[in-house]
This record gives sequence, structure tokens and C-alpha cells, in this order.
Amino acid sequence: MSVLVYTENWDGKFKKLSYELLSYAKSVATLVGGDVNALSIGKVNQDELSSLGNYGASLVLSADGTPSGLDNQVYTEIIAAAMDKVGARILIMAHNNSGKALAPRLSVRLKAGLAAGVIAVPESVNPLVVSKKVFSGKAKGKVEILTEKAVLTLSQNSFEINETAGTASVESFDSGVDLAAAATTIKDVQKQEGKLLLTDADVVISGGRGMKSGDNWAPIEELATVLGAATACSRPVSDEGWRPHDEHTGQTGKIIAPNLYMAFGISGAIQHLAGVSSSKCIVAVNTDKDAPIFESADYGIVGDALKVLPELISEIKTVKAQ
Amino acid sequence: MRILVCISNVPDTTTKVKFSTDQKSFDDGGVQWIINPWDELALTRAMELKEDASNPVSNVTVVTVGSASAEPTLRKALAIGADDAIRVDAVSSDAYFVAAQLAAVAGSGDFGIILCGIESSDYNGSSVGGMISEIMGIPSVSAVSGLKLEGEEVVITRDIDGGREELSVPAPFVGVVQKGIAKEPRIAAMRGIMMARKKPLQVVPAADAESYTSYKEFAMPEPKAPCKMVEADNVKELVNLLQNEAKVL
Ligand SMILES: Cc1cc2nc3c(=O)[nH]c(=O)nc-3n(C[C@H](O)[C@H](O)[C@H](O)COP(=O)(O)OP(=O)(O)OC[C@H]3O[C@@H](n4cnc5c(N)ncnc54)[C@H](O)[C@@H]3O)c2cc1C
Ligand SMILES: Cc1cc2nc3c(=O)[nH]c(=O)nc-3n(C[C@H](O)[C@H](O)[C@H](O)COP(=O)(O)OP(=O)(O)OC[C@H]3O[C@@H](n4cnc5c(N)ncnc54)[C@H](O)[C@@H]3O)c2cc1C
Repeated sequence: MSVLVYTENWDGKFKKLSYELLSYAKSVATLVGGDVNALSIGKVNQDELSSLGNYGASLVLSADGTPSGLDNQVYTEIIAAAMDKVGARILIMAHNNSGKALAPRLSVRLKAGLAAGVIAVPESVNPLVVSKKVFSGKAKGKVEILTEKAVLTLSQNSFEINETAGTASVESFDSGVDLAAAATTIKDVQKQEGKLLLTDADVVISGGRGMKSGDNWAPIEELATVLGAATACSRPVSDEGWRPHDEHTGQTGKIIAPNLYMAFGISGAIQHLAGVSSSKCIVAVNTDKDAPIFESADYGIVGDALKVLPELISEIKTVKAQ
Repeated sequence: MRILVCISNVPDTTTKVKFSTDQKSFDDGGVQWIINPWDELALTRAMELKEDASNPVSNVTVVTVGSASAEPTLRKALAIGADDAIRVDAVSSDAYFVAAQLAAVAGSGDFGIILCGIESSDYNGSSVGGMISEIMGIPSVSAVSGLKLEGEEVVITRDIDGGREELSVPAPFVGVVQKGIAKEPRIAAMRGIMMARKKPLQVVPAADAESYTSYKEFAMPEPKAPCKMVEADNVKELVNLLQNEAKVL
């Protein structure tokens, strides 16, 4: 009984995310006694595809025709065809924008129970029982899948990447899906070179009302540039117009799970934490030693963000230069 | 064109989450119920679209799947401006079951735009919107941060890697909305609250549908290790810890 992983590439390269999914899938496959198959959509070169073997894939299906846009129905058809092709019982995807868009459709399509935002390997496989976050991370719940097949979306940073030498066989996969059949039509795309999508960034630098004014954001942006990070903010900051609305994280903003989240002058309100508490490591800089953010942070500095930021930038530059 | 907004009735965002002693169900004692924040934004945008006379929007309906205890939340949605409300009378813990109910309602009412939130703040499924669209066999667009009408054409803005994209989608479709769809959730005015009492709230029986999943048990997360404090004049140490202990740099 095999497992299929839907991998995502960015301009032909896989990211950490896909390795995490494959490592997770390998553990699941070991439990159910099957192989890990990966599906890749779009143009990716042979070496990159077979390197997925290092993370547990034994077969990579490469659907190398590129759909004309991210149309949910077209992608659903391709992934469902790949599930059929390898006869997989479990489909594993990321709990990111595309996973949230496609997994529910595939759940219906495959008649497969969906557990979204899974945080650990299944505790049993017959029946399949997995843990996920509920109540915006304030608790977790165990979900039993009642159907024969299952779709799991993995919460970012909840599983260690496991790299072991191996090669996957790569097979070109023609899903038979009409790639031009999209119901949606793209009218306009605005891309800013170098601007990272907040929800996909590995490192996020964030500022709150403690930054005092929108004019004080230069060091946040500089630190983000130095670290190849995205920038974010608390809700009052975007409400004040100090920062664009799409940077606001929290219960009513973006929900993110980077490797590193650095919060400058953010108090740590429960609604803010709901959007960032899945980060692997949280650093807080705040003048108030009793600020609630320190209860959720891994590392903290009690101090003035405007003084700490320049020192941090220069220290990181020094370390990076070594 | 008619718009359907799916409303999840959820505990207030500041609720201290507790479970029954057997850990098998959510303890709702003392909980204040609200419209799921995303759904409130979706409803706000639906009202804006309807109020702009240049748009062909005739009606905004809100729907929830839940017991009678969810009705005050539906009344709130009517007070914000929805024309009418539907409650599917069922208590369910499964996203597919809920989606099947909503698809049945959406299919029976000639709705062009069906809006859902990206996530319900209780069970965090991010499931229902996409499921409705697949059950109905219609397009879905997710991570929707803008929605407008150009005549009969629906134009959507969504976030993509490194920017945003505008696309058009034929009705009927399901839009799964996130941050940005409306600026601020609309607050019901006194007049709206008075009017809401007289607006139609129809209760319909549940359609036959399976459940695909079931919650077995809940738990609070493990307490995390205390925060390691670093002196403000020792930024070097922080960088060292991030690099060599946390290994995140
Ligand atoms: C329904 C609802 C939904 C909400 N959703 C969200 C959401 O999605 N996201 C969100 O962020 N909020 C949300 N909020 C608001 C939330 O409750 C808080 O009000 C908000 O997060 C506080 O933002 P802040 O931490 O930037 O500001 P504050 O709470 O004002 O905190 C500022 C912090 O900066 C510190 N400080 C001051 N000067 C300095 C300095 N020089 N250097 C370092 N630190 C300094 C202060 O000690 C303080 O801790 C929501 C609220 C409600 C009711
Ligand atoms: C253990 C448990 C107990 C439950 N008990 C009850 C209960 O006592 N009473 C009760 O009414 N429900 C109950 N529910 C149902 C629950 O509130 C959700 O409706 C359902 O589980 C879908 O949640 P989700 O996290 O998958 O939603 P998501 O897929 O995250 O929701 C996304 C969007 O779908 C729409 N949506 C979601 N749920 C509904 C809904 N019910 N009606 C209309 N639109 C919706 C909203 O637009 C929402 O923003 C229970 C669920 C569980 C797991």
C-alpha cells in the first residue's frame, strides 16, 4: 500500500518543504508497508528529480507539461490520475496555499478522508489515526480517517528532514489531462522580483507597535534582506498604515510557520500568536520583561528594538562573511 | 446574481480552550460564539458588492450547518446586512459532511458566488470550501484577497509567490477568502439588529451524507521550554545561539 507525495518546485528547484514531505511520507510508508512515490508537475531536470531519492522516494512521476495557470480543477485531475497510476492509499501534501486549495478537492475526488495540518506520524494505521492542531494551535486533536484512502496535509516544520543516499527512478507521466482546460483565466500578474511570499518564507522578520512609527522600518527590511527573509507585522501596524495589509500575521491575517520568526516590539496577543505559533524558533525583542510574547518565544532580549536591530544586523553580517 | 456566504459559528478568539474530562469533546461552558472572522470579512465584501448599484447582485444569503444554538450567530449575520439565512439542522464534526450539506443548499438556490473562509478557527480544517466545489463540480479559487464584478464577470485577486495575480472565473464558483477581501469586518448597527429579527431564517433538514473523519480525543499542547534570555548588550550571543543551538541561521 503505497504513498504519493505531491511535491512543489519553484522555477525547477525543489525546496526544503518537499524534502520534509518526503521524509514524513517515508515514515508513513514504513508503517503501512509500502513505497514512497513522488509527483512533480512542471519542468524539472532529471538530476533534480532523481535527487528526491535521497529523501525516501523510490519512484518520481514527472508530469512535465506545465498547466497554463494554477487552476485547482486541472491540478486536481493530474494528482488524482497519479494516485490511480501508482495505486496509492495515502496522499501527502503541504499545508500551504496549494495544499489548502487542492487537498479538499482531492479528498472528495478520491473519497478519502482529509486530515489537514497534521503534526506527527500516524499513531496507528488500521484505522489511520493522526494528530493535528485545532483551535488555532491552542490544542491538538486526534483524527480517525474513516475511509479506505486518506489525504494528509503536513503542517510545516513538524517533521525533521531525513536525508539518506538513494536514487529514485524517474518516469515521465502523461496524466491525459487537458492542460488548457482551465475554467479560470489569468488576467494580470504583478510580481516583485526578490519579494518572498510571506507564507512560504523560511525566515520572517516582524515588527509591532513597539517600533513606534512606520518610518522606523528600515532596519527590519535590512535584516530581512541580510537573511533572505520576508517581512511581517502585527495587526495594529497594518491598521495604522505603517505597513501593507498583506504583511499582517495572526488569527485574522496570514498564518505562517517559518523556521525562524523574529518579533520586534510585538506584545504577543493571543490573536497574533495564532498566526505564528507553529514557527520552529521564535525570537522576541521587547522592552517589557513581562510581555506575553516571552512565554511563546525560544530566545528573548529585554531591550529597545531600535537599538538591538542595528547591532543584530552588523553581527549577522560579520558571521555571514566568515 | 445571488451570493451565498457560508458561516461557521465559532468560539470567540480569546476563549480559553477546555475539553470534557474524558478529553473527547470541546467544553463549551461559558463560551461566547462569534461569526468565524474570515466569514465575517466574506460577508462584509458580499454586502459591499450588493450595495454598489452598478453590480448585478440581487441577494446575499448566509448559511450555517449546526444546531439551534448557532442561530444567534446567524442573526448577527442578518444584522450586518444579509437578506436571509438558512440553517441546516445537523450537528456534525466532519468537514465532508458539512460540505455536502452546504453543496446541497448552494445547488438548490441558483447562487453564482459561494464564499467560504480559508479556515474555521475551531477545527482548523481549511477543507469545507474546496470540498463544496468538488462535490458540485464547479471551479474554486483559494487564497482570495480581492473580489470584484465587472458587469457579469467575476474578477479575483489572489496571492502567489512573489506577488499577486488577477483572474476571472465563471459563475457559479466557490471563493475561499483570506485577509484583504474586505478592510474591516462590518459591525451591525442598531437598525440592522432591529431589522434582523424580521428577516427570514429558514431551517432545513440535513441531507444524507457520510462522514469521512472523526475526532477521537483532544489534548493541550506540551508545555514549551522556557524562553532563553540574552542580555541586550550581548547580541553576539543571540546570533551564536541561533546559529549553533537552534540551527536556524
Ligand atoms: C478578533 C480579533 C482578531 C485579532 N487578530 C489579530 C491578528 O490577526 N494579528 C494581530 O497581530 N493582532 C490581532 N488582534 C489584535 C491583538 O489583540 C493585539 O491588539 C495586537 O496583536 C497587538 O499588536 P502589537 O503587539 O504590535 O502592539 P502592542 O500590544 O501595543 O504591543 C507593543 C509592544 O511593544 C513593546 N515595546 C514598546 N516600545 C518598544 C521598543 N522600543 N522596543 C521593543 N519593544 C517595545 C511593548 O512593551 C509592547 O509589548 C486581534 C484582535 C481581535 C479582537
Ligand atoms: C469534535 C467536533 C465537535 C463539533 N461540534 C459541533 C457542534 O456541537 N455544533 C456545530 O454546529 N458544529 C460542530 N462541529 C462542526 C465544526 O464546527 C465545523 O463546522 C466542521 O467540523 C468543519 O470544520 P473545519 O475546521 O473543517 O472547517 P474549515 O474547512 O476550516 O472551514 C472553512 C470555511 O468553511 C465554512 N464552514 C465551515 N464549517 C461550517 C459550518 N458548520 N456551516 C457553514 N459553513 C461552514 C466557513 O466559511 C469556514 O470559514 C464540531 C466539529 C468537531 C470536530
